[in-house]
Amino acid sequence: MEQNVRRVISILFVLFGVFSVIYALYLDIFDKDAGGRGILLIGGIFIIILGTYLLPSKKHTTIINVLFLLPLLAAFAITVIIPFICGIFYSFTNWNGIKFTEFVGLANYIEMFSSPDYLYSLLITFIFTILNMLSVNLAAFALALLCTSKVRGRNFYRAAFFLPNLIGGIVLGYVWQFIFNKVFTSFIAGSLSMLTDPNLALAAILIVSTWQYAGYIMMIYVTGLQGVPKDIIEASGVDGASGFKSLIKIKVPMIANTFTVCIFLTLVNSFKQFDLNFAITNGAPSRILGMKAIASTEFLALNIYNTAIAKNQYAQGQTKAVVFFIILAIVSLTQVSIGKKKEVEL
Amino acid sequence: MNSKRINRYIAELASMVLALIVLSPFVLVIFNSAKKSADIVISPVAPPLNWGQMLINMQNVINNQNFSYWKSFASSLFITVVTLVLLTVFSCMAAWVLVRNKTKWSGIIFMIFVAAMVIPFQVVMLPLLSTFREISSFTGIKLLSSYVGIIFAYLGFGGSMSVFILHGFIKGIPKELEEAAWIDGCSPEGTFFRVVFPLLKPVQMTILILNGIWIWNDYLLPSLMLGLNGRIKTLPVAVSSFVGSYVKQWDLILTAAFLAMIPIIILFLFAQRQIIQGMVEGAIK
Repeated sequence: MEQNVRRVISILFVLFGVFSVIYALYLDIFDKDAGGRGILLIGGIFIIILGTYLLPSKKHTTIINVLFLLPLLAAFAITVIIPFICGIFYSFTNWNGIKFTEFVGLANYIEMFSSPDYLYSLLITFIFTILNMLSVNLAAFALALLCTSKVRGRNFYRAAFFLPNLIGGIVLGYVWQFIFNKVFTSFIAGSLSMLTDPNLALAAILIVSTWQYAGYIMMIYVTGLQGVPKDIIEASGVDGASGFKSLIKIKVPMIANTFTVCIFLTLVNSFKQFDLNFAITNGAPSRILGMKAIASTEFLALNIYNTAIAKNQYAQGQTKAVVFFIILAIVSLTQVSIGKKKEVEL
Repeated sequence: MNSKRINRYIAELASMVLALIVLSPFVLVIFNSAKKSADIVISPVAPPLNWGQMLINMQNVINNQNFSYWKSFASSLFITVVTLVLLTVFSCMAAWVLVRNKTKWSGIIFMIFVAAMVIPFQVVMLPLLSTFREISSFTGIKLLSSYVGIIFAYLGFGGSMSVFILHGFIKGIPKELEEAAWIDGCSPEGTFFRVVFPLLKPVQMTILILNGIWIWNDYLLPSLMLGLNGRIKTLPVAVSSFVGSYVKQWDLILTAAFLAMIPIIILFLFAQRQIIQGMVEGAIK
């Protein structure tokens, strides 16, 4: 008896919800300006969900499974999957950020690869990525060795080195712009800021990026180094290995996996660098290449942003973004395959 | 023995010097946010003569229309906290279903979540704006320059990594616990919220920290979705908008930067260990 009452109530809920959604959709399609249609739609969906949840049914477990997956999956599909598919599609059209009128085939791609500022940006991003990967990892590993040695106040040092990583790149970028433009130039009277020379400006971003990121990578190395069993190190000491030798012959090979993780992490993050680039130089200064001024420190992420937002060339910006994604996907696939190979060896 | 001691002194000295170098930008920010513009020109590295100037600078910045510190702080806090609560609950629910139901569909959905971690924000940001605009005009729910929209977007972007981390953890939880609850007559949703959810506390911490730091500091998404001079501003957007309108006024810019840093530095002082641990664990997985 009670079961039946519940069934009737829940079915009524579902019907009411469906009606509300249909009415909202009707308003959406035929009467664009009706107020409250959004609330009607969302409320209707909630009531449908509530109704199906209350419905006494042998398939209750299945219903719960679907309801549990629904919220995250909906957000994920609408913010990531649909825009991603649309984005690839738009890169073959003359999309202007709102609508497109025709397919242009590969024209966007051809235009992109024949524009010198893009090719320059691609090159400078690769250079920055490699240099930054090296400098971050060298600094991080050195710091990790310091922080796992018997230095007093290790925990303070770890926290201090880690701190820059917690503050957003935008805020830090402006602070460093001040340091390069005002502080460094005050050391040598009359000297020009590093940010006015194309090569030095790149070095400046490299310095800040290493400063910000090394503390984070350091902590991953610290975790790795702490995993090396102490007795092995002690045994090697007894056998007469120096500190340096036990580092090269024992510690480094034993944390090879940590190296792989850190190298790929820094590769991907350096390649995606936007905030610091935006706040410190925003692409300046320009460099003259073949009679044309080119923003000398504009990495790909910033190049995409400027193409679409500043120059209002949405299709072109989206095309660059698709290529950006393909490069990152190749790097990630390489990492996965290296990881798999290692598993086989073990 | 002697050379070991020398090595140790070198290490101590090196740590101290390095810490000084790493922390010096923060010191410079604090020093210069307590100076007048003219004093910065005289020397940007000297300690300030009058610390009281900091309060004056802060008052100028806090009430500035482009920055409006308290309002931006509240917006940032609201967006971060609401997203984190929803994201934790929803991603735990989703990951639990995906682990405990071994069907073809759950495998496919999980694979999509994992594969999506490779997708950089840049490739979805432009279509995201147009998708949200379309949905807004169709349903009448405001998604651009609104809290609903940006929280919804963060749920989508934070989802895949959270599910991935949780998936690995839930696999390690013995199924017997849930079966016992099930035999005692507990419904599946009851089992999840009373038995499974509390067990996930350690990973939930990782997810909170990893996503919290990222969302709090994120610039690109809020600047695109909320606009640089929109009604709602997060702290990074407010700093950027302030810098844009007060070019080269370093005393005020550095005060703004200092104010923007304070909340997270205070948080770090209280939860140092958890924050470092959470961020490192997230990276290794």
